[in-house]
Amino acid sequence: MQRDSSTGPVSVPAPVGEADHVSKSFGETRALVDVSLNVLPGECHGLVGRNGAGKSTLVSLLTGLSRPDHGSVRLAGQAAPGLADRGGWLERVACVYQRSMVVPPLTVAENVFLNRPTADKKSLVNWQRMRRLARELMLDWGFDIDVDQQAGQLTVEQRQVVEIARALSIGARFLILDEPTSSLEKAAVERLFERVRRLREGGVGVLYISHHLEEIYDICDRVSVLRDGGQVLSGRVKDITQGDLVAAMVGSAPPRRVTEIEAVQKRGGLGKEQLSVDHLSVLSRAGSVADVSLSVRAGECVGLVGLDGSGSATVADAVVGMLKPRSGTISIDGSPVRPGKVNAALGRGMGYVPQDRHARGFAPQLGVAENLTLALLDRLAHRLGFVAFKERDAMAQRQVDQLQIVAHSLDQPVSSLSGGNQQKVVVGRALAPDPTLLVVVNPTVGVDVASKEALLEALGTARDKGVAILLVSDDFEDLRICTRLMVMVRGRIAAEFDQPPWDRQSLIAAVEGLEVAV
Amino acid sequence: MTEPATDPAPAPTRPQARRDIRRVLLNSVRELTLVPVIVVLMIAGAIVNPIFFTPSNLINVAEGGAALGMVVVAESLILLTGKFDISLQGTFGLAPLLAAWLIAPKASEGLGTQWSPFIGLLVVLLVGLAVGTFNGILVIKANFNAFIFTLAMSILLTGLQLGWLGGKTIYNLPKVYIYLGSESWFGIPIAVWITVATFAGAALFLRYHRIGRAMYAIGGNLEAARAAGIQVDQIRIGVFMVASVLAAIGGLMQAGRVTAVTAGQGSNLIFGVFAAAVIGGISLDGGRGRMVGALTGVILLSLVTNILTLSDISSTWIDAVDGAIILIALGLAKLIGTERA
Repeated sequence: MQRDSSTGPVSVPAPVGEADHVSKSFGETRALVDVSLNVLPGECHGLVGRNGAGKSTLVSLLTGLSRPDHGSVRLAGQAAPGLADRGGWLERVACVYQRSMVVPPLTVAENVFLNRPTADKKSLVNWQRMRRLARELMLDWGFDIDVDQQAGQLTVEQRQVVEIARALSIGARFLILDEPTSSLEKAAVERLFERVRRLREGGVGVLYISHHLEEIYDICDRVSVLRDGGQVLSGRVKDITQGDLVAAMVGSAPPRRVTEIEAVQKRGGLGKEQLSVDHLSVLSRAGSVADVSLSVRAGECVGLVGLDGSGSATVADAVVGMLKPRSGTISIDGSPVRPGKVNAALGRGMGYVPQDRHARGFAPQLGVAENLTLALLDRLAHRLGFVAFKERDAMAQRQVDQLQIVAHSLDQPVSSLSGGNQQKVVVGRALAPDPTLLVVVNPTVGVDVASKEALLEALGTARDKGVAILLVSDDFEDLRICTRLMVMVRGRIAAEFDQPPWDRQSLIAAVEGLEVAV
Repeated sequence: MTEPATDPAPAPTRPQARRDIRRVLLNSVRELTLVPVIVVLMIAGAIVNPIFFTPSNLINVAEGGAALGMVVVAESLILLTGKFDISLQGTFGLAPLLAAWLIAPKASEGLGTQWSPFIGLLVVLLVGLAVGTFNGILVIKANFNAFIFTLAMSILLTGLQLGWLGGKTIYNLPKVYIYLGSESWFGIPIAVWITVATFAGAALFLRYHRIGRAMYAIGGNLEAARAAGIQVDQIRIGVFMVASVLAAIGGLMQAGRVTAVTAGQGSNLIFGVFAAAVIGGISLDGGRGRMVGALTGVILLSLVTNILTLSDISSTWIDAVDGAIILIALGLAKLIGTERA
């Protein structure tokens, strides 16, 4: 029964999930080439790789959404069921995707028992039984969620828990977490790790996909690295240094700096005040803000740091006019803007990189060039309002070059680009009109290491050219382009750091709302 | 070692129970948004005309709402799964018309075949089933846009009705055929019994049947439902079929009530249907809403129609007042938070 496994220790129980020399091509593209990987019960196995390295393809093979061209997939020691047998797959493996798979109008209990609300093969739903079982499941695994709540009211973190609970209730003991922390705040990440540890103790095998390498070291036992569809590194986490890991992901050209370093920025001469926020108060479900004042000068990048719900994103929304403040004023270049009007702010030379690129970032069916120049159509328009396409393409090409956007043409729909390149388009669109002020929210969420470098470099260049940048982010990596940091806790500015480099410890302490001497 | 270590969980007993009660209340409040409006309307009705509160008038209101109610149930089922069907009004007219045409004598505008009325009833159901299957397959499997496709179907079906009859009316229909719409049990029209039973049946099905719950899942998050192994396409096509059959039965009730089928039966019905469903809390985005709410929507619309008829408002103004009242109800529903659209 026991298969020989090249990386796992000897004499262990059958892996809960295993890919054995799998290959997969889509037309000309070789998405996966001869990849072997297994996940043992009670193990957390990290899977890293840049966007397009083949992670998603591997996940689709392991979850039965597609079939390998060569090689085989085994689950719980047995050959995987046929693709048509969805039920067979669901009993053995589950993947929690970045995109939420809960049904918002239904209760938590129903979401956990989605499509299985009844006992055995009966037709009628026994609500009491379903709720009781859901509650027991939550207790068993130490999840603290009210099962009668509507799923639509849950936070991103809680939705993940519901999906995990659903998988466990079906009986799956092989769990794939696809970038589970990309939209979680720091405390939620810690809680997620705690849950993963519990799952491991309970004999569940976890395949953990992440862009954040430090998470791999925190939580994983083994790690495998994919690059261009091939498996370039696999082994125990403690035997692999971060440098090796990054080198394996990136290939021949390692990035200039490794993740831990907080970069020191030299500050050029500061220009005049581009943005000033005075005594701003905003009511918002995403985190209200009370009496916040700040200012950003030309050539300065001010980082606004805070947990989910701390109000940092709300400040950005108010500044760009997506939210109407209750009180306080927002001035751009010395004169106040009409509150709650996006046009008013954008018309004053402000660029905006929104938090959720799918919801507000781009028009997915339009081409790269069209998206990049959306904000400057009036500048490109000739007499009678016709758009000058040559100029438009030239302008777009500049952004494509600067941000290293990978697209096969300027007309390629943005929806078909990888996540990293989509984000570059969003940032490029904000940079294209040569703004004097940029408001940027979480610019590097869910993008690979190389894209992150390119994005931060582009923003850094803009800052050096004299653009005033307000950067809202909870990713400390982003903060290295900042010249000043303000920390928000529960809707107020709690601390300010104005001397780079940033000390990670005291920054974390401030973000978490701990009293700390700066 | 297989059991996970669990912390001693905080006992959820008392606050849990209190939260439960509050949630149940909150949910029913959301469903019963329209009840105060209905009460106000009834008071208004009594003031407008003393006839309003007589049993015969109230039965009249119920009878008027019965046929509409069948189509509202049908549309609500489709809306819950995240689609919609405008051609239900076409089915509502065409199904009883085709059957009537086959059973009525030549003298009363029938074809002259004079088939048995029982076969006629079967034809009504079959027409509904056929239209529903066609719509379902083309909207779900062939992925036509539901709005434009069922709009075209609606125009086609209504056009067939008009072409067939050339503006005339099929009358003198056999007793069996008009039984549903013209007879009463225990003093209440059969049509009302059937509509109430349909509402109750649909509500129980949606709440307690696995397919009913699957419909909410489909409308709430199609991809999640698919990933959970729910047969999303089969269920959605099935819902289209059931809905069209319900609309055909509604049409049969209407034909029975007026003991004839006109070429115009069903035209413009769909607007009232959507209005009733939406002000009753059925979300146009799918996955949200309950039959109780839809029922209050039907009651509200029927009351409005009745009161306007009883009042002195000139009949040419009735539509305008009707529309204004629907808008007010929508605003109210939005205030209370039923409809997020």
